[in-house]
Amino acid sequence: MKIAAFPSYPIRRDDSAEVMASIRNLKKSFGDREVLKGVNLDLYKTENLVILGRSGTGKSVLIKCIVGLINPDSGTINVLGREVFSLNPKELNDLRLQIGFSFQGSALYDSMTVRENLEFPLRRNLGIHDRDELHKMVITALEDVGLAHTINQMPAELSGGMRKRVGIARTLILRPKIMLYDEPTSGLDPITAIEINELILSMREKYKMSSIIITHDISSAKHTSDRIVALIDGQSRLEGTFEELKHTKDPDLEPFFNY
Amino acid sequence: MELRNFLIRAADIYRFLVRVLKEFFLPPYEWKEILRQCYQVGNKSLFLIGFTAFIAGVVFTRQSRPSLASFGAESWLPSLVSQAVVRSLGPLITGLICAGKLGSNIGAELGSMQVSEQIDAMEVSGTRPFSYLVVSRVTATTLMLPLLVVFADVIALLGSFLMVNFINKTSFQLYFYEVSINVTYLDVFSSLVKSAFFGFAIGLVGSYAGYHSGKGTTGVGKAANSAVVISMILIFVIDLISLQFTNLFR
Repeated sequence: MKIAAFPSYPIRRDDSAEVMASIRNLKKSFGDREVLKGVNLDLYKTENLVILGRSGTGKSVLIKCIVGLINPDSGTINVLGREVFSLNPKELNDLRLQIGFSFQGSALYDSMTVRENLEFPLRRNLGIHDRDELHKMVITALEDVGLAHTINQMPAELSGGMRKRVGIARTLILRPKIMLYDEPTSGLDPITAIEINELILSMREKYKMSSIIITHDISSAKHTSDRIVALIDGQSRLEGTFEELKHTKDPDLEPFFNY
Repeated sequence: MELRNFLIRAADIYRFLVRVLKEFFLPPYEWKEILRQCYQVGNKSLFLIGFTAFIAGVVFTRQSRPSLASFGAESWLPSLVSQAVVRSLGPLITGLICAGKLGSNIGAELGSMQVSEQIDAMEVSGTRPFSYLVVSRVTATTLMLPLLVVFADVIALLGSFLMVNFINKTSFQLYFYEVSINVTYLDVFSSLVKSAFFGFAIGLVGSYAGYHSGKGTTGVGKAANSAVVISMILIFVIDLISLQFTNLFR
């Protein structure tokens, strides 16, 4: 069994694999509450890395730090060869175009239709205004997630699972190199959750993206992960494949596998 | 601790104001969104402002008439009403209605976008939400308030004329001739500039409250509430400053 206890991390699965993102000793506090107490991890090219942990352990804070939404107190985040917190606003914007972020609650713009939601980043970031081209790109993205028929619907008319899918389509339409999923299956029924897990895998196959998947859903971790990092009490404590970790005796992680 | 929090909040609002002014001049310009917001501002407020201004014109005329009549100065009624409406009543009614209607709307809309992570989603997709959401709204309220004030003034004066005409038959031409010779360019200009500041304050405060809304539905409620309360206070403060400033030119 190859379970690594931090700080001996990182373990390289494949020495030739390209590192897409690298986090070292990341710390973040809110007031007196220390949320991240030294997180280390690497994301390799085309891998699905699952960050597993209980609610309130700082998983969402961690991925918000990766895209520069939250500034950490200390530590470094290197994404696609660039230090996130040394970038000026323009450079950060350019970097963000290569990172997709699927929010826990989908974060669809509720005053816009599904079509307008997907067109929005294309118009504003890529400057595409040609109607036919926009339509083609929107339809392709919606077909990827199996929801082309919802193109003219409002987000409020969609179910939770459909909203997640449209949110993923909106993110994928910019063809990011790295995808961040924040609790992609939370609040969904088991069948829809499986569909979302399969969507994550198929999108990786199709677009050759690297993904970080934040979850506390062990079933989702099992289906989608190449590798799992357990975030416990604000620290990246254990790392391994699902098969390696499921026999862990770590008291904080064991209940995930034996619930 | 209270003073410290107040100073932190004041510094935060100042930074927000500077960012609005800076992004106002930076491309890309959100013409389409500004136009959409202008339509929303006008469309949402037109009926209520017209209705309130009409009532205010009627009531003000009805209540002023006996006092003027006791001096035998009823003929001054158009002069009194027009100056009151153009200098103060029109801008104030419009400003307060817009603070309630638009301030709460902007605060709640941006607040719920913040709570549901829609603003974060725009941020991480590199779409510069500040310019799209905040600058467009502040620009729209700043541009539309003066137009709404002109509308309110006309409707209030129309209400006043109908009241005068109801009591003493007076011709439309005579009434509005009296109005026109008593309202100066300075009255109109200062009223329009003042209302542009009202609009700027409403847009800015509403956007700030929404953009910095707390978590959950309580946070959205507080954002809408503070947008209205602070906007209304600012409207009276701006009115006072404007009065002092305009008097320098009289």
